[in-house]
Amino acid sequence: MTLRIENLAVDLGQFKLKDINLTLETGDFFALMGPTGAGKSVLLEALVGLVPQSTGEIYIDERRISNLPPEERGIGIVYQDYALFPHLSVLGNIRYGLRFQSRAKSGRSNAENMAVVDDLIPLLGLGHLLHRYPTTLSGGEQQRVALARALVVKPDILLLDEPLSALDPNFRQELRTHLKNLHAASGATFLMVTHDFSEALSLAQHAAIMASGRLEQSGTIEDIFRRPQTAVVADFVGMKNLFKVEFSDTKAFCEAVEFRVSRGPEPGSGYIAIRPEDLILSKSPLASSLQNSFSGKVSAVRSHGFFYEIDLTVKSLTFTAVITNHAFFDLEPAIDSNFFLSFKATAVHQF
Amino acid sequence: MRKESFLWLTLISSFVVLLFVTVPLLRMLTAPSLASLWETIRDPEVYRSIWLSLYTGISAAAICFVFGTPLAYLLARSEFRGKKLVEAIVDLPIVIPHPVVGIALLGLVGKNFWLGRLMHELGLQIVGSPAGIIMVMTFVGLPFYLQAAKEGFASVSPRLESVSRSLGASMFSTFIHVTFPLAWRSILSGIIMCCARAISEFGAVVIIAYHPMIAPVLMFERFQSFGLRYSQPVAVWLIVVCLLLFLSLRLVGGSSRKYETRGRA
Repeated sequence: MTLRIENLAVDLGQFKLKDINLTLETGDFFALMGPTGAGKSVLLEALVGLVPQSTGEIYIDERRISNLPPEERGIGIVYQDYALFPHLSVLGNIRYGLRFQSRAKSGRSNAENMAVVDDLIPLLGLGHLLHRYPTTLSGGEQQRVALARALVVKPDILLLDEPLSALDPNFRQELRTHLKNLHAASGATFLMVTHDFSEALSLAQHAAIMASGRLEQSGTIEDIFRRPQTAVVADFVGMKNLFKVEFSDTKAFCEAVEFRVSRGPEPGSGYIAIRPEDLILSKSPLASSLQNSFSGKVSAVRSHGFFYEIDLTVKSLTFTAVITNHAFFDLEPAIDSNFFLSFKATAVHQF
Repeated sequence: MRKESFLWLTLISSFVVLLFVTVPLLRMLTAPSLASLWETIRDPEVYRSIWLSLYTGISAAAICFVFGTPLAYLLARSEFRGKKLVEAIVDLPIVIPHPVVGIALLGLVGKNFWLGRLMHELGLQIVGSPAGIIMVMTFVGLPFYLQAAKEGFASVSPRLESVSRSLGASMFSTFIHVTFPLAWRSILSGIIMCCARAISEFGAVVIIAYHPMIAPVLMFERFQSFGLRYSQPVAVWLIVVCLLLFLSLRLVGGSSRKYETRGRA
């Protein structure tokens, strides 16, 4: 289902959302990013219908939903704190929404609904927890229950509010995999709020950056990373040197450049990124253990007061490195001069 | 050293407070002999008055529950202009002296006001009837119910209601399936508090209905006419019956809350 938001505005007194225009294509996995207080959660609540909007329209396909109460919108939400019903067992939580799905509206029979439950339980690994109560579950388990509960009613759009941030880092990878599988299996359009780029990169196809109640930029993840259109986005994105690559064991290829990475790719990874401060510039090849070393031409030099940013073109790729003022006067990197660029395999982040 | 003496101070004053509450009650409970207790409960007048106290008190709590629950929910969930005023109005019955409550209500349903005359003509007897007693009890018990129920509703995270709505439940279904069950323990406390307050009311009830006699009025009358020894056994019976009532309410109402105690690690 396509989600279309047109000129949405929300006025909560001290906080306002303005001019929100966004389209999510059917089956998209969309990441909504931005600093704390940008209005990401308010936007989610406005989509669900929990916050009154002052202007604008929301459509799912051609169905206008902005005038409907939350229960008729077909938008599910999974909160950061999961919001499981403490008085119901895991199974009770998962089945909760089914009793409100009239057959006429959803077009599904009881048996079909039960089949959905039976499919979701093993998909999320909840079989052994069905009769437990939410307060006895770990964070990851609660999250999976919340996902199952939201998906049982087959929402057209599923909103995820910082789905991974409250979890132990060790479980994040596992849940990412779960989310990917669920997204593929459910066919629903997912809209995820996150402030973690690796999350967005590993899960989402498209993204938008929000700041102070406005959408700064939206598009493919790669676009936002590589071609930030506003200073806010550029600042927020932070990590430069992002490349879409093909992995082959501990090598990664982007166009004609071959990178050495520290470990084999995680399933589904397709990007690498290197922080500018991890790049070492030198006039001659460094005789060291750095596994990545390229020669290239300086294409831009920018002063930032205490440091310089140097763009270096290596074949068809552009790297951005950060060097201190001291190093700048040592190296004197002039435009079009030749330099060597080196970095450790462990400095390469994979997504 | 200083910390220790403070600890002693708290212990001693706690002990004094507890004694202050328990000694008079224990004295009263142990004063009547078993024989006089037995004799008292077989007295139809005593039996009737305790029963009257119980059912009027329970009715008052039931009325507060039915009519007060929506207001409690509203006070817990929404912000509106004049909310503080509404809350102050709701608490008024606590601070008004009891006979004043009785007088105010009598002014409304008595024969020198059109409403009272109208009710009288329709055959609705309020003054000197169980209906009048229930009205007074509802008036004085309502703040206790509303306060507890409001706190119960406020303790239910609005997010749970939001999730329920997003899963297809209407506001009403959400209230029935999520908010109410989660606030139930506070609501039950409110019912018990309201009922207890209702049964203990004397000053306001006497003005509206001296007869039929609720237990406190009977105690007062026996104390006036025959002295302390004749009112004590009635009091003991009222306390015993009320304790049993509230205990059984807790037991019956508390059984659905198993999740609360389960492994909160």
